[in-house]
Amino acid sequence: MRLPPGVTSADFSKAIKEFEAVIGKEWVFTSDEDVDLYRDSYSPLWHEEDEPIPSAAVAPDGIEQIQAILKIANAYKIPLWTISTGRNLGYGGSAPLLGGSVVLDLKRMNRVLEVNDKNHYALVEPGVSYFDLYRYIHERGLKVWLDPPDPGWGSPVGNCLERGGGYTPMRDHYDAVCGMEVVLANGEVVRTGMGALPGSKTWQQYKYGFGPYVTGMFSQSNFGIVTKMGIWLMPEPEAYLSGTVTVSKHDDLFPLVEIFANLVNSGTLQATTLLTSPLWFSPPNEELDALRYSGSVPGLEDYARRKNIPYWSVPLPFYGPAKVIAAQWEYAKEKFSSIPGVKFEDGPSYRFPLSADQLAKMTDTVPFGIPSLQIFSIMGPHGQGHLGFSPIIPMTGEAVLESQKVFTQVYRDLGSPGGSATTFPIFSFFARAFVNIYLFPIEHDVEKNRKTREIYRRLIKESAARGWGEYRTHTTFMGDISDTYSFNNHALRHFHETIKDAVDPNGILSPGKCGIWPKRMRKATA
Amino acid sequence: MRHLAKAHEKGDGMKNATVGLLAALSLMLASTAFAAPDQEQIERGHKVYDKWCFPCHGTGVGKPGTDSLVARGQKPAVLEERTDLTVPAIKTFVRHGVLFMPMFRKTEVSDADLDAIAAYLTRNNKP
Amino acid sequence: MKVPPGVSASDFAEAIKQFEEAVGKEWVFTSDEDVAMYRDAYSPFMGEPEERVASAAVAPDGMEQVQKVVRIANRYKIPIYPVSTGKNLGYGGSAPVLSGSVVLDLKRMNRILEVNEANAYALVEPGVSYFDLYRYIQEKGLKLWVDVPDPGWGSPIGNALDRGGGYLMPQYRNHFDSHCGMEVVLANGEVLRTGMGALPGAQTWQQYKSGFGPWIDGMFSQSNFGVVTKMGFWLMPEPDAYLSGTVVVPRHDDLIPLVRILTYLEDTRVTNGMPDLGSPLLGIPMLSDFATRFESGGTPFERPLDPELSDLIAKGGGLATSALDGYAQRKGLGYWSCKLSFYGASKANAANWEFAREKFSEIPGVRFEEGENYKLPLTPEQREKVHKPQFGIPSLAMFSIGARSAMNPEPASGHMWFSPIIPRTGEAIFEANRVFAQAAKEFGLPFLSFNLPSTYWERAFIFIFAFPVTRDVEFNKRNRAAFNKLIQVAAEHGWGEYRTAPAFQDAIMNTYSYNNHALLHFHETVKDAIDPNGILSAGRYGIWPKHVREAKS
Repeated sequence: MRLPPGVTSADFSKAIKEFEAVIGKEWVFTSDEDVDLYRDSYSPLWHEEDEPIPSAAVAPDGIEQIQAILKIANAYKIPLWTISTGRNLGYGGSAPLLGGSVVLDLKRMNRVLEVNDKNHYALVEPGVSYFDLYRYIHERGLKVWLDPPDPGWGSPVGNCLERGGGYTPMRDHYDAVCGMEVVLANGEVVRTGMGALPGSKTWQQYKYGFGPYVTGMFSQSNFGIVTKMGIWLMPEPEAYLSGTVTVSKHDDLFPLVEIFANLVNSGTLQATTLLTSPLWFSPPNEELDALRYSGSVPGLEDYARRKNIPYWSVPLPFYGPAKVIAAQWEYAKEKFSSIPGVKFEDGPSYRFPLSADQLAKMTDTVPFGIPSLQIFSIMGPHGQGHLGFSPIIPMTGEAVLESQKVFTQVYRDLGSPGGSATTFPIFSFFARAFVNIYLFPIEHDVEKNRKTREIYRRLIKESAARGWGEYRTHTTFMGDISDTYSFNNHALRHFHETIKDAVDPNGILSPGKCGIWPKRMRKATA
Repeated sequence: MRHLAKAHEKGDGMKNATVGLLAALSLMLASTAFAAPDQEQIERGHKVYDKWCFPCHGTGVGKPGTDSLVARGQKPAVLEERTDLTVPAIKTFVRHGVLFMPMFRKTEVSDADLDAIAAYLTRNNKP
Repeated sequence: MKVPPGVSASDFAEAIKQFEEAVGKEWVFTSDEDVAMYRDAYSPFMGEPEERVASAAVAPDGMEQVQKVVRIANRYKIPIYPVSTGKNLGYGGSAPVLSGSVVLDLKRMNRILEVNEANAYALVEPGVSYFDLYRYIQEKGLKLWVDVPDPGWGSPIGNALDRGGGYLMPQYRNHFDSHCGMEVVLANGEVLRTGMGALPGAQTWQQYKSGFGPWIDGMFSQSNFGVVTKMGFWLMPEPDAYLSGTVVVPRHDDLIPLVRILTYLEDTRVTNGMPDLGSPLLGIPMLSDFATRFESGGTPFERPLDPELSDLIAKGGGLATSALDGYAQRKGLGYWSCKLSFYGASKANAANWEFAREKFSEIPGVRFEEGENYKLPLTPEQREKVHKPQFGIPSLAMFSIGARSAMNPEPASGHMWFSPIIPRTGEAIFEANRVFAQAAKEFGLPFLSFNLPSTYWERAFIFIFAFPVTRDVEFNKRNRAAFNKLIQVAAEHGWGEYRTAPAFQDAIMNTYSYNNHALLHFHETVKDAIDPNGILSAGRYGIWPKHVREAKS
């Protein structure tokens, strides 16, 4: 049996027995076969010596059981790695960062405690998936929408804590959080925001409560175990409309992004979209490949003109009353018309709820609040899994161009893994900044993964050198990225460490998460 | 914020305090000698006045200081138009406040700025 | 000279000397006269020994000077109390929570470090006021709006840290929510930057909020965990147009569907300005009308209640009830009204208003009134007419409420706010009115007979009651006692306050007591870890340093 680091085999056996006594033998997993199910099937360290494999997993149901587990873990100093559903594949899945940790699997805590379709919110436990919550809402005919991320099997609690993004106007998932219940390392249960008021009537209606607003401390962190979370939902809108804006010249990117940002910031555009160059994503051919490699702007512009391909393109999604979104699209067209040669194309439009017929024909339901797994049919063919590299860049044309140049150069220097594209799609998951998301294929191939890690680390470095940081990452790279957020000699991390030591003195909760190590492990990793 | 009491109880203590302060100020109004400020000082004072005093005591709608002085029967109610303010009175109001007007600190209005405001507001006083 | 509690006179003298070396002699205030200017002009303890007063004030200019001051304070265990502009009157002003603290006055740090028009944000220091920022933007001719609270002389940083509110689109009028990135000096003198600011040379400090790892910004709001020395804010691009329209419903019970539909419309962003509730029947003006009347020199209470109506109200126990429906109908007065605001493309505004009317049409007898319709920017004539904060223009007009007027010949010397959060439903408005009317009667408070909540925050309501503060000690004592009782009454019904003056911070923090005060204990654990000497803002929002907690128990 694998052991947690620094724990004797005798102590660990005792701890396992005690875990079994408090949550039942069937919910403590120690056999290799069972524990292997907690490996990260998309691990870039798959089958290498460093792959962090847990020593065991425990699956409590309810706060009292969590408290009992914490008591035992504190007594034996056993590191626990908390997961909600363990489905954030590409960012670590269900595996711990520190090999030998015991996974604290919250999947059994899967109750939808409340969905309110007058004030539009849900209160859920961490084991609830987007599919579960959708089903709950759908079965009751409630007129509220979820904002699912691409794969729908994950946990709203987990995704919000990791600060993920979706596609509807509620796309910024952490921003939709309203009130948490958290079990601290010492077993104390706190409720944040209005939840601290016993019998509170507005726990899911007002975020802050009174005094320091601590909810954010529990996102991307190891300061506590979130056992309930309120999430704001969007009432079902009347309609949806989309239209695509395309421009023909390279430099048109600057006004394109500037107008785009203005429309976002003024509330005209509220949902996620994707800025691309159709030139980069066109099917390869010899002439275009050569032009792309040379990066010759006149050459590419000329090619685009000849083939009638736009240089840049951005689809605009609108949600709201049918007449309003028509007016917003019209207003957007008016604004973009200041770019000579701009073209507009009307996209699909819908009235909600969607008919069964419409649903059956739809490849991607996620932008309409319906969770799916369709994303895997896009990524599937490229390998066993994927790994996301996701730097935040300014919402300017200059930053888009520079990032493409910098990241392309990394691939040229180091070679591209497994037939991937050489540019990043530019997403607008968050209100004010762009996020580049590049998905690396992950295979169960040690050599390829080693190369991928090398490229990834180089990307982190090149990115940080230009003032761009990642919003989230796989456990393998949490330390590397934490290192780049180093203003004033890592002052922020020191602050996190001070908090960590105060609220979790034995350092049992998710050691190493986002670069935060407990005191007793800090020197070894520094 | 609309829920302010229409009228509230008014204790004698408060009235006395207000009356006392106003009495002290009118004494100052009467007794202070006039000193001619220079033009540069007045211009500086005008700038400081625009930044710190105008939002409440200026002309135009929505100026609570002016409104309040109108209600008290002060004519003219706009400070810039007055010729009876004295340097010590101005300084006392700025540094001590009155009613809902709070005091202004030296990090907001420095002593030199306050001298300038006083010069500006007394520029048309008759010797 | 007053000395901070637990500090010897000689240590204090030494500390003052070192403060003087750090910031310059002229920026350390110790004379009674100078220190008195840091009193809370609206203190409900005015003239009583409990009034919280400073021992001295230090005004650093720049983050490095703040670091020096904090380090000196640590050396001599001197409690210091940072204020930005000290203008949150009604919520504490510039006075400390713990008497004898040294006020750390950040007013001199008044630089506007950046305003970016294309990406619509500002980076400012704590001494910058809304007026300053507005003026800067106007002078440069930038097409950006600042969401301002009613009084414009306060600090965007101070107001956001106290979690104040304004009037524009929801993401802007929630002032804490509209911030993006902070620079904070900790109690040990270390400086950190939050969000993307932790990345040296960050390009998106004001464009992405949470950075990487735990997002800690909220810890520095309503707290005493650090001194915020820079903060970014998202600004609203000047919209194409503004439109308003008012919905009027005839019956008492119509408030319930009115609020339900309003909530739907706001949560789908059909209406994106601050919804504004009023009662034509009861003479409760909508906030914007109320404010506009002041802006134009009028009085908000133009129409005294008809004696017949007063009788009907009295028969209903002072409450608004369905018994008034008949009267309202006879007189052709709406029972409730709600003004909706729309910021956006003028055609989209019109379509949104049309959609809203369609939705409200399910209420029998509903009427609609067309309101303002402006293509922006406003003309100078339009500017004079409007409620300025709804157009991002700072003003002090709100102070006219407390000012001397024909209706109020002997004004109070200040005010304090009681501001509980209640659910966003019509039922909750009725229940809160029953409860607060009963409490007002019991405690002898002069509330209006019926109150309507404000909508500064999406998703919840907030009641804001003003208590006058006077120079009359007995009057203030009675009001404080009533205030404390209201806190308890609200808590018993599951309603908590969003903010309060230092006089009531302990009492309110005590109501947030879930699981035996677990959240407060968490705050205390954090406080002890990051400020072991307990020098920063002792007692602020009910968080006391260890040595004070131990002395108390």
